[in-house]
Amino acid sequence: MIYDLVVVGGGPAGVAGALTAALAGLRVALADSSARLGGQYFRHVADPEPAPGLDRFLRQARALEARADVLPRHQVWNISREPDGDLLVRCENHTGEPVTLRTRRLLIATGAHDRPLPFPGWDLPGVLTAGGAQALLKGNGVVAGRRIVVSGTGPFLLPVATGLAGAGARVLGVFEANGGLGLARHPLMALGKAAEAAGYAAGLARHRVPYHTRQAVIAAHGEHEVEAVTLARLDKAWNVLATRVVECDTVAAGYGFVPQIELGTQLGCGTRHDVDGSPVLVVDAEQRTTVPGVWAAGEPTGVGGWRLSELEGRIAGRSMTGPVPEILARRRERWRAFGAALQRAYPVQPGWQGWLRDDTLVCRCEEVPLARVRQARRLGATDARSIKLLARPGMGWCQGRICGYAVSCLAGELPQPPRRPIAQPVTLGALASLDASLNEGTL
Amino acid sequence: MSDVIVVGAGVVGAACAYYAARAGLDVTVLDRGPVAGGTTGSGEGNVLVSDKEPGPELELAVLSNRLWRDLAGHGGFEFEAKGGLVVAETGEVQRQLGELAAKQDVEHVIVPGPELREHEPHLTNELAGGVFYPQDAQVQPMLAAARLLELGAGSFGHGTLRLRLGAEVSGVIRSGERIRGVRTTHGDVLGDAVINAAGTWGGEVAALAGVNLPILPRRGFILVTEPLPEPLIRHKVYTAAYVTNVASDSADLETSAVIEGTPAGTVLIGASRERVGFDRTTSVPVLAKLAAQAVALFPALREVRAIRSYCGFRPYCPDHLPVIGADPRVSGLYHACGHEGAGIGLAPATGHLLAQLITGGRPDLDLHSFRPDRFAESQEAP
Amino acid sequence: MTFHITIDGRPVPVAPGQTIGAALHAAGVRSWRSTRFGGRPRGLFCGIGVCFDCLISVNGRAPERACLTEAEPGDEVTTS
Repeated sequence: MIYDLVVVGGGPAGVAGALTAALAGLRVALADSSARLGGQYFRHVADPEPAPGLDRFLRQARALEARADVLPRHQVWNISREPDGDLLVRCENHTGEPVTLRTRRLLIATGAHDRPLPFPGWDLPGVLTAGGAQALLKGNGVVAGRRIVVSGTGPFLLPVATGLAGAGARVLGVFEANGGLGLARHPLMALGKAAEAAGYAAGLARHRVPYHTRQAVIAAHGEHEVEAVTLARLDKAWNVLATRVVECDTVAAGYGFVPQIELGTQLGCGTRHDVDGSPVLVVDAEQRTTVPGVWAAGEPTGVGGWRLSELEGRIAGRSMTGPVPEILARRRERWRAFGAALQRAYPVQPGWQGWLRDDTLVCRCEEVPLARVRQARRLGATDARSIKLLARPGMGWCQGRICGYAVSCLAGELPQPPRRPIAQPVTLGALASLDASLNEGTL
Repeated sequence: MSDVIVVGAGVVGAACAYYAARAGLDVTVLDRGPVAGGTTGSGEGNVLVSDKEPGPELELAVLSNRLWRDLAGHGGFEFEAKGGLVVAETGEVQRQLGELAAKQDVEHVIVPGPELREHEPHLTNELAGGVFYPQDAQVQPMLAAARLLELGAGSFGHGTLRLRLGAEVSGVIRSGERIRGVRTTHGDVLGDAVINAAGTWGGEVAALAGVNLPILPRRGFILVTEPLPEPLIRHKVYTAAYVTNVASDSADLETSAVIEGTPAGTVLIGASRERVGFDRTTSVPVLAKLAAQAVALFPALREVRAIRSYCGFRPYCPDHLPVIGADPRVSGLYHACGHEGAGIGLAPATGHLLAQLITGGRPDLDLHSFRPDRFAESQEAP
Repeated sequence: MTFHITIDGRPVPVAPGQTIGAALHAAGVRSWRSTRFGGRPRGLFCGIGVCFDCLISVNGRAPERACLTEAEPGDEVTTS
């Protein structure tokens, strides 16, 4: 069977793209690693305060399930082009069996994940990414801890903190490393999102959660799990001005997002550096990547939030069967400008490198401390890739998704597009079963 | 002004620089990228004597094996003298392996089929036998290259070693027939001798000096598994087909199982060879074949997950021998490239012999088989 | 309604739809694996399947991501 379109990713971009294409008559499959549609934003199993737009998303998801093959718990590990031009989407399902989808078109809607920064103690249990704390709460109904510090940069810290506080946690504060202006003059206001900003401000006030700018968690302390953190007052470049220690049992930290583009780079899609330096897929006005038959929508084309993602998904789906209405394109430009402005307002400043000690792990998987990264540089590693070859950061399970940004910063370069020919772990048994010589004569 | 300019900071260039500096020469190493950024960083780290036919390359391998052990004594990089086990699927192949081992005249032990699992407990029991080579070893090639450069630079009382990274050679400087240095994207570098250690790109560097070296890339993929809690594989284990594939002239895909554990706990699974130019596109059929071969040899790997793969471009010459020695066509130009899949293993001997040659000594081994002008001028890379 | 899984034989309550990682975290079990080299404790970090810190063996299977694996009644998980 050959699909007209396979969509990878079941968040707002993927579902909108898949549904738009299915409504236009295409034969569509959507693969997602999760048990249910929604992506990172629309997690709704146990959400006491539904995200804006959730009802609409759920309607789209139901409509899609009636018109397309929705494949939850399918991890896509590779996509390649066949000699006849079709694309093969290789997945592993939840029982570990290989599933291969053949398609004429592809939509990459794989979203983004948190961009963490290392700091001493960041690998202690109880230190979570902001998105991790959010996933626990919205997806599982689990409050990440009792005394929680929320730290990092960007507007995403606000819903995380209000969500945790609303669910009963004592949130000791939101510590925003950027923006010396405070909540009253939050960049969301300047960007015409006064209602949203006011909503967060009210939420924080209701739960007596202080919002501090130019402050951040720069170390976590504890024996077996986090028991306290060092909070620092920072200058504009995030150099430490003063510190204090606060007891807590949980940290939720996030410094923006990393778009997941490796399926695009597997196919040779062109990339560019976004405002914040992240490599993202180049797309044209109709969300086409530089590779024929391959579209991308949502965060892989540049982080901009769920509304932009959904719009890009629709545009991609429309453009597969006909012209894209001008109004959609105009709306997209507005949301893109908003996303870019937020990235500009919440940059990662270089001072974080001064928070690290020689023994601070930069790579959690391979347990590579800062000292080994520095040693690799002294030995002649002039870029992130050669630091990886000499010192192993990024060689482990996560393939550099967690430490890659930090290692690039330490190497003094912008993050490079990922090379991950195997995007998700796959058993050798499943891989071996794809070997043609074993399958000869079985068709 | 240096005595020697080494073009290429891979493991071969690093070894050339190290031995030249030890011999008292002032050395400048140039690379357009970082240390070990080319083929050195995309192989397995094989230090093998087992896979060589008797002859000049085996002699080079035996010398290099000894030198690697000496270098490992300096520390700073992983060197595992774990031995290699070549296994045979059939009695006939086992007989051939035994014949080859007898001719090689290197230390080995013939292992009958029933005893294979004493060497490798998780091997399939469907094998006819094998040959164990205690001298085969494994080195972490990127760190080894970097450490050789560091050691070369740090050895008091010898020559000096300077490293200039990010400088791409764009031409050579001559006076008369003699080479006097190289032009780079970061200015001219002068020197009495130039060693072309540019690996897979050695043909391009040779062309800048106006000489033909038919070196072409042969692509190889390697699969890497998740780290295992307990080591599953003790030695470097490979099938007899690896020996024939190494020497093959086919442009088509050839694969043979080469499997080993690493100190990081992962298992490396090779090896494929195909001639497709510098195309990095991952081939799932090749990865599937590597996985199938690995699972056939070690059934316990079936449930183990692959978490990455990488590919590299091995520099090969039409006769599958490296190019080592002075180029009679351009005075002052030396070559140390084209080692195909054996560059890691052969690097120290290559550097050692070239240092002897450049300082006017008589090399420990006859370099005739590796001479740069052995290819007909018209001989294109195949 | 809620059911139980066990970690090293000890019961842990689970609400339907929860992942194994979420159920353990909620029960105060914040680490269930130690690292290869430093023996450092690991539990949830990214929570969305990216970091692989939360690997855990379920019913004797090869380790999988606790944050992605939905708990089933009677699941037996083991620390490592």
